[in-house]
Amino acid sequence: MSTTQPLSVIEPDGAVRGYDPGLSPDELWHCYRTMKAVRAFDAICLKLQRSGRIGFSIPNEGIEATQVGAASALRKSDWLFPSYRDFGMAMYHGIHPVEMMHNMFGNAKDNAVGRQMPVHFSFVDPIKFVSISSPIGTHIPQAVGAAFAAQRRGEDTVALVSFGDGGTSSLGFHSGMNFAGVWKAPVVFLCQNNGYAISLSTEEQTASAGFAIKAQAYGMPGVVVDGNDLLAVRKAVLEAVARARAGRGPTLIEAKTFRMGGHSTSDDPTKYVPAEEIEAWRQKDPIPRFQRFMAAQGIWDDARAEAMEAELTEEVAQAARDAEAVPKPGLETIFSDVYADIPQHIRRQGEDAFDLERRRGGASDGGGEFPL
Amino acid sequence: MATQTLIQAVNDGLKTSMRTDSTVHVFGEDVGKKGGVFLATEGLQTEFGKDRCFDTPLSEDGIIGTAIGMAMNGLKPVCEIQFQDFIFPAFDQIVSEAAKLRYRSGGQYTAPMVIRTPYGGGIRGGLYHSQSGEAYFCHTPGLKVVIPSTPYDAKGLLISSIEDPDPVLFLEPKALYRTLKDEVPEGHFTVDLSTTREARAGKDVTVFCYGAMVPVCMKAAGQAAEQGIECKVVDLRTLLPLDEEGVLDAAKSTGRVVVVHEAPRFCGFGGEISALIAEHAIEYMEAPIKRVTGFDTPFPNTLEHHYLPDERRVLDAVESVARY
Repeated sequence: MSTTQPLSVIEPDGAVRGYDPGLSPDELWHCYRTMKAVRAFDAICLKLQRSGRIGFSIPNEGIEATQVGAASALRKSDWLFPSYRDFGMAMYHGIHPVEMMHNMFGNAKDNAVGRQMPVHFSFVDPIKFVSISSPIGTHIPQAVGAAFAAQRRGEDTVALVSFGDGGTSSLGFHSGMNFAGVWKAPVVFLCQNNGYAISLSTEEQTASAGFAIKAQAYGMPGVVVDGNDLLAVRKAVLEAVARARAGRGPTLIEAKTFRMGGHSTSDDPTKYVPAEEIEAWRQKDPIPRFQRFMAAQGIWDDARAEAMEAELTEEVAQAARDAEAVPKPGLETIFSDVYADIPQHIRRQGEDAFDLERRRGGASDGGGEFPL
Repeated sequence: MATQTLIQAVNDGLKTSMRTDSTVHVFGEDVGKKGGVFLATEGLQTEFGKDRCFDTPLSEDGIIGTAIGMAMNGLKPVCEIQFQDFIFPAFDQIVSEAAKLRYRSGGQYTAPMVIRTPYGGGIRGGLYHSQSGEAYFCHTPGLKVVIPSTPYDAKGLLISSIEDPDPVLFLEPKALYRTLKDEVPEGHFTVDLSTTREARAGKDVTVFCYGAMVPVCMKAAGQAAEQGIECKVVDLRTLLPLDEEGVLDAAKSTGRVVVVHEAPRFCGFGGEISALIAEHAIEYMEAPIKRVTGFDTPFPNTLEHHYLPDERRVLDAVESVARY
């Protein structure tokens, strides 16, 4: 059931032989634009973090094709249970950079009103991009439950859950895969094997021959794809989604890709990633590869790409300016949304906090720095 | 009105909710064909089918993790953890996920669900079938923790928990499953969460308790009455969010307080009750607050009757507080 040779569609010269991705030129440009948007968003977040305007960010360079290829195989009615390195999936479905920037700045317009760290997005519209949790793998059985519920309610929606190579060692991976196999739940497990889980290499993460092979033990197909090949990822996810929608159960997809940056803006990957490994992967950058494909299709346009790049650079810069100008959340937002209604003891604590602020002024920002 | 045991009332509460709400799904280990190891789910699969009541693989993390996803997507999961002692693999799912989902998504995603689980001693279950872990969970904003002590409350509180918009941990005192009977109304009724119940009126000493300690405290109160000490026995029923006003009013009314639970004392729920009263009603207190609890040891098997607070220990504390 598992294959170890990664599925690949776009050949080195950009040609695609014997496969029709089923995307119009405009849709292909949208894929390209989304990958560039992820890179632009990363670039400005790095600047914002280095200049102390935001506290933290997560770089995505190298894995944009996996995100966008997977997202392109989903309908807006489907569920996404993302990891913290997946926001290209949200952008593909129409989340605007400013909505993300509200979270990066933790301002009053952030969907979580500043309660979460940056990059812990939550969106419900236009696609369910489920609120991100920092603990690894906890969202995996949740995706299975959401998929199960869709099936029970007679809907043909599927859930895609995305996690990294490190996530396969978590309790949630095992319980989620096991339940999905037993229930034949309409869920797609997307393992982004990006080489490292913070500093731990995949060889130190598992003794099995890759990650897709683990599917066998749970009674589902395991597929390996070239994660830097947008169309290969799209093809594999489309097939898995079709299986799920048809009631034939879950699939595990291992997308082999590479995290070109650090784990986060606080991480220094030169301490554990050999320079030659990064250099080898740089040659496999998914964006030029997709560009070669577009050129081979005869739809590439230098002027359009240049204008798009300039537009994206300005779009994310404007998003940052807009989000930075939004006030911080009010003190009352600490105490709401714990429960549907605010209970006595939390109401009392909120009143005490406001009373203290009136009498002694507000708390001063300690300016905490995140180490990981 | 029929009389029911506590386990029958739980079963009745589940059936009543499943009849009135088709989104309610009951699942867990051995809850389907077998009807649960304590038979709480007996007959559910027969009446509602395998789609609504089903067995799961042996994984607490899987049960509660998938329940959260179901709750997010429109079902009302009521899952069973076979013994509260086995819940800890799912601690992450309860504490970091179910309890925080509403907060961390600004209300975009929520996990209205119930986790039912038998807790506490009294069945010679040793270290791993006897624990009272409520304090671990009461330290979790976003979670509700409910413990009935009578069949009437078991049904009414369970239906309220199932209809609640937030995740509820419903701890069932397994020692009481079959030891007492109560008049329980047929069909749908609810008991409000976050309300205490005065199990016995009294003017001299207030005894706070919950779960299997309620009948113990009632017996002790009866013995105290023979000596002229009238105890007000308060069944807390919901530990989180606590009915703080109810607790403070009951404490102020006598000025003498004993708190009883079978869980270990250190950082136990009795500490919270004591601190609440110390902060907000110290001027009403005529005596130090006494705690009667399990020991700060693991739960022993052979000597469990020494570990569990009994009438002797409660009466001892009541007398010392009354005579202070």
